[in-house]
Amino acid sequence: MFPAVDARQVHKHYGSLHALDGVDLRVEQGEFFGLLGPNGAGKTTLINLLAGLALPDNGRLSVMGCDVVKQYRDSRRLLGVVPQELVFDPFFTVRETLRLQSGYFGLRRNDAWIDEVMHHLDLADKADTNMRKLSGGMKRRVLVAQALVHKPPVIVLDEPTAGVDVELRQTMWRFIQQLNREGQTVLLTTHYLEEAEALCGRIAMLKHGQVVALDSTKNLLNSVTGCRLRLRLAGALPATLMPQVIEQKDGNYLLALPSYQALELLLAELRTAGVAVQEMSLQQPDLEDVFLRVMKVEHEEAQSC
Amino acid sequence: MLSFYTLFHKETLRVKKVAFQTLLSPILTALLYLLIFSHVLERHVEVYPGVRYTAFLIPGLVMMSVLQNAFANSSSSLIQSKITGNLVFVLMAPISYVEFFAAYVLASVVRGLVVGTGVYLAALWFAQPPLQSPLWIVLFAVMGSAMLGAMGVVAGIWAEKFDQLAGFQNFIIMPLTFLSGVFYSIHSLPDFWQGLSRFNPFFYMIDGFRYGFFGVSDISPWISLAVVGGCMLLLTGFALALLRSGYKLRS
Repeated sequence: MFPAVDARQVHKHYGSLHALDGVDLRVEQGEFFGLLGPNGAGKTTLINLLAGLALPDNGRLSVMGCDVVKQYRDSRRLLGVVPQELVFDPFFTVRETLRLQSGYFGLRRNDAWIDEVMHHLDLADKADTNMRKLSGGMKRRVLVAQALVHKPPVIVLDEPTAGVDVELRQTMWRFIQQLNREGQTVLLTTHYLEEAEALCGRIAMLKHGQVVALDSTKNLLNSVTGCRLRLRLAGALPATLMPQVIEQKDGNYLLALPSYQALELLLAELRTAGVAVQEMSLQQPDLEDVFLRVMKVEHEEAQSC
Repeated sequence: MLSFYTLFHKETLRVKKVAFQTLLSPILTALLYLLIFSHVLERHVEVYPGVRYTAFLIPGLVMMSVLQNAFANSSSSLIQSKITGNLVFVLMAPISYVEFFAAYVLASVVRGLVVGTGVYLAALWFAQPPLQSPLWIVLFAVMGSAMLGAMGVVAGIWAEKFDQLAGFQNFIIMPLTFLSGVFYSIHSLPDFWQGLSRFNPFFYMIDGFRYGFFGVSDISPWISLAVVGGCMLLLTGFALALLRSGYKLRS
């Protein structure tokens, strides 16, 4: 079985900028895969190469075994991309837009599926509305619908929820998750890390055009040991505990704990010092911790050499 | 094939949706030229013996409208799609560069011919030029609009802003059309300008087109056909090479 997406030593330069610097990435069929990284890390460049909007300088990139340059017709048919920018053609209605999109992909009389997609994305009552008259959120839904109109086995979503309200996010994820359960591969880039944590089975982190972390979401979360403790104290925190402080504000402290065992020692110390605990909560490490750690480690390594 | 047809269909649908601007207003413009020039020159100029100036002018104006609208169609559609960003839908689709080119050019031909027919029909009210050999008329109208459609593709790919496109239109297309013999026969020009006109491909389009009406022309329609055909092939080759390389479209 071919991987849904296979990148091998992909390089892309824009002038002096090395946007992709030897990316190796393999997304298996049926995965819900997250591609994370700070702005300018190369996420969108990689997606543009997949979609054929840009051409790789070096390396090979394929969708379901089809090379994106040599077999572009096949690779594009197998791919549905939701672009990051809110683009639309102001001349047409929603239904016209989706019919034209179907035609581009060689599909005639696709209205049954178009209706179903519109229904799932709550677009049905906007079918005959001109694109210009839609709100930003509605335009975003049409972009998603356009990517799905030819039932691609691989769906790429580039920041699909940027600036989108909660309701749409839920509607959209419900539909995308349903498609994923039915076997479609989803490749997602997002700035909302909690979204990636909740949805993606595996995650790759990109920085300066390189893959700096690639693992299952579970393993990535486990890679951050310990947890965080939020405290509100009646008095001042004993000086011995100060090195563990991450954040401090008017008697509120956020402390890093290397393990759960450390909690007992910490409480014992507070008791000895006679400081009363007014509020306390434990926080599990989340993807943001992993993200910050990966990006920071990389940063330090870069500085040391 | 369906991808190509859909892109062509999209382009013609766009023209239809803004028909007031894309079809009616160029027809009105041409009629205004006709009204003014025929009023001023009708009694003073006789280009071909026995042919009224107004009748002589009609084929020129028809062809000018055909050419300008063919150019405007592909170039403005492309630049709008580039600037608003919706060209990505076409670029991400399984459409080859040949299909891409053919769809935009064919839509340009259709718009050119529709506007040309409109101008011709409306102009019949002023004068009725004969129709000596309709085949030449159709041939030059189709080839001329295809050539300008291809030129529009090149300009649409190259231009990054609307004013660059307007520059292309005002400094290349307009002078070449106006100096091609739309309003006069080049035989009425001094030798120098007559010689210069022969380097203008638009002259051959209009001269050949006019031959279809009157059976008379400044030069043989076969030569015009060869020149127009040659220019068309050259432009087509150039446009295809640009599209194939992804110049300014696929980074």
